[in-house]
Amino acid sequence: MEGFAALLDALVYTRSRNEKLRLIAEYLRTTPDPDRGWALGALTDGLDFKAVKSSTIRALLKERVDPVLWSLSRDFVGDTAETASLLWPEPIGDAMPPPTVSEAVEALAGMTRVTVMSELPALLDRLDPAGRYALFKLATGGMRIGVSSRLAKLAFAQAFAVPVDEVEEYWHALEPPYAELFAWAADGAAPPDTANMPLFRPFMLAHPLEDTQVDLADYAAEWKWDGIRVQLVHVAGETRLYSRSGDDIGASFPEMVSALEIPALLDGELLVRGAHQGGEAGGAASFNALQQRLGRKTVSKTMLTESPAFVRLYDVLMLDGEDLRDLPWTQRRARLEALMPRLPESHFDLSQLVEARDFDHLAQIREGARDDAIEGLMLKRRDSLYVAGRKTGLWYKWKRDPLLVDCVLMYAQRGSGKRSSFYSDYTFGCWDGDPDAGADLLPVGKAYSGFTDAELKKLDKLVRQTTLNRFGPVREVERTLVFEVAFDSVHTSKRHKSGLAMRFPRIHRIRWDKPVHEADRIETLRTLIRD
Amino acid sequence: MAAPFSWIRPEPHGIHITPADVWIDPSRAVDRALVTHGHADHARGGHGQTYATPATLAIMELRYNTREGATPVEYGETVRLRGGVDATYFPAGHVLGSAQILLEHAGERVVITGDYKRRADPTCPPFEVVPCDVFITEATFGLPVFTHPPIEDEMARLLMRLEAHPAACVLVGAYALGKAQRVIAELRAAGHTQPIYLHGAMEKMCRLYEDFGVDLGELRLVSDYDKDAMRGHIVVCPPSALNDRWSRRLPDPITAMASGWMRVRQRARQRNVELPLVISDHADWHELTRTIEEVDPYETWITHGREEALLRWHQLHQRRARALALVGYEDEDD
Ligand SMILES: [Zn+2]
Ligand SMILES: [Zn+2]
Repeated sequence: MEGFAALLDALVYTRSRNEKLRLIAEYLRTTPDPDRGWALGALTDGLDFKAVKSSTIRALLKERVDPVLWSLSRDFVGDTAETASLLWPEPIGDAMPPPTVSEAVEALAGMTRVTVMSELPALLDRLDPAGRYALFKLATGGMRIGVSSRLAKLAFAQAFAVPVDEVEEYWHALEPPYAELFAWAADGAAPPDTANMPLFRPFMLAHPLEDTQVDLADYAAEWKWDGIRVQLVHVAGETRLYSRSGDDIGASFPEMVSALEIPALLDGELLVRGAHQGGEAGGAASFNALQQRLGRKTVSKTMLTESPAFVRLYDVLMLDGEDLRDLPWTQRRARLEALMPRLPESHFDLSQLVEARDFDHLAQIREGARDDAIEGLMLKRRDSLYVAGRKTGLWYKWKRDPLLVDCVLMYAQRGSGKRSSFYSDYTFGCWDGDPDAGADLLPVGKAYSGFTDAELKKLDKLVRQTTLNRFGPVREVERTLVFEVAFDSVHTSKRHKSGLAMRFPRIHRIRWDKPVHEADRIETLRTLIRD
Repeated sequence: MAAPFSWIRPEPHGIHITPADVWIDPSRAVDRALVTHGHADHARGGHGQTYATPATLAIMELRYNTREGATPVEYGETVRLRGGVDATYFPAGHVLGSAQILLEHAGERVVITGDYKRRADPTCPPFEVVPCDVFITEATFGLPVFTHPPIEDEMARLLMRLEAHPAACVLVGAYALGKAQRVIAELRAAGHTQPIYLHGAMEKMCRLYEDFGVDLGELRLVSDYDKDAMRGHIVVCPPSALNDRWSRRLPDPITAMASGWMRVRQRARQRNVELPLVISDHADWHELTRTIEEVDPYETWITHGREEALLRWHQLHQRRARALALVGYEDEDD
């Protein structure tokens, strides 16, 4: 447990992603089974002990600490587990040695709501404050220490030099303490068998095209839709809908879960039907409409009828028990097209290919694309197998040109990690009317990318020289600087005073030369809304 | 006969000793002040006459550029004030020169601790338990979550981190008076003989400590060296410089901070601290409560800090206590 506690503490205080990866990888390499597997389970939120809740901790402490001192302490520290770890009375006499992680897990798993009140204290008495903190975190789940499940898997892959895509592939078939996963990665055993399970499989992803030109004889072009990329899998009578990150989002889109009844693994774009977009019946609404439905645990009837979801299919990975991922794209596409009649039209359609004479012609088609649900083009190598992750040269995404507006810098905030001494996060606004007639600026977005290190230094200096007010880590600055801001789209939003929110804003150019009164107005930005 | 202890009056900006017309650690300029120690929230400038230990007077001279009215009082020395009040200074173990002040009048004994701690500190003599009727204590870390670990453990963690990153430096944020010198002296005690680099704002105070016989080993100014010289070394700066532009001149600094507040994770994270060192010049909860038990006063008065929890402790232990709610004391010298 000491090793795990030290790892948690190190992670709490580390901002750098690489350093976090290194710390976790090091722990996984040097800790024996099954401790490391339980730790990995904890870091990926995979453990759940029913008997231990936050209220259990409070109840235990109230038996040992004066309630007034407890609540004064809890208010100051801000975290129940941490407060309890600090206030736990040190045992009198010689304590037993600290439990191992597996010992602790085994004990926690065996506790009931009744026995927990005597068994948890017995464990706590064997630990120091950091160990008690780790035990509470382990027992109640929800580490909240800035490590995502993906980061933990990356660290696992890094620890044993195995491809992270393969880790993802097997992950969902296994449970803590992941004995088979460690046996495969660390000791070279055969990989776990994952057939016949409704599992998430890692997506094949694309690189931005940038200045590359491809030959359309080798690449097929397809629209890239502005929804969310999903995987829909049906096997052995079970159906699951997975997001890009592998989260099961079926509960938010029950109509999709009931729509697939043949054994298949499909890759497509989840969209919501919209009457005013795309015109005909197949049209999709904007991303904003889809967003209304994301993250809901239950879905109302009204939502199902007014904003029904459907999946626009890109690919088929498995069909009728056969893994198609090792076939070239052309063959998979043919299988997908042949599959379409077996799927309900109400819930599925096929992402159409874009036919062009040559690359220039394709560029023209892209320029002329008016459908707002189109995010750009995908270029897929015709002979590409379906490989997880981003492999150079196989798939490209060619986004529509971003939208641009000129905004004025209003606030700056300190960055984190290496940037913590710089004001590197910028909030900018547009004029709410004619600036020469006394109009004010309203914030429209925030960006912290799109500039070089040299530019960052200059911006930081400007912020310090033109500060009007300080609010903690934030400085309000004089309105002197124009940013040309690039963004993918803009939507109405109640969160901002301007009533607008940008998607993916980034600083395109710093207009040191431009007078602030020439920056854009809110009304200009409003004409770009595509809700 | 007057009511007990009516000759000593807590006022919002300090404690007033009426028969002598002197103030203890007043937060504004007065004619006569008894000053416990040199931290800015206790030792303001501009008093007509200041009674303090020679080290505290030297610290005040460094800060305010004047010795006017300086009246040195040695540890163990008693000064007879007007109105039949005697004041005796005892070590408080907080920082160089820090003192508790025992006041005696009409057969009543009152001790004012200023700030204090009970741990050994190579830069100042240890706290002495002085029996009294009224014990006027601070409560900066007056919550039971505060247990300061042994300083040796914290030094070991600091040195281990330094060793693991020979191409980087460890930047330790430490309050310029007291904490910085204690950290340096403890590093020396732990066998760290390498030069230690200083932020410019720390230099004079370190020299003052050396003048008072505290050996700090080889100290160098950051501004005199280039980046590469500092790789694998410890750099000490005031906490305010930790995330400042100043730190850009250092080679890949690992940010550490020496403070009792580092006991709480969220506090450390708020300051972007990567290596929290739980080192304090104040008594932790157990030292506060133990000290009160040892002094065993008729009544405890609490000057500043987290008085609610300490009041509660008195209630639970059937002891008399009251909070004074003095203004102007800040917890920055933690
Ligand atoms: Zn102090
Ligand atoms: Zn103080």
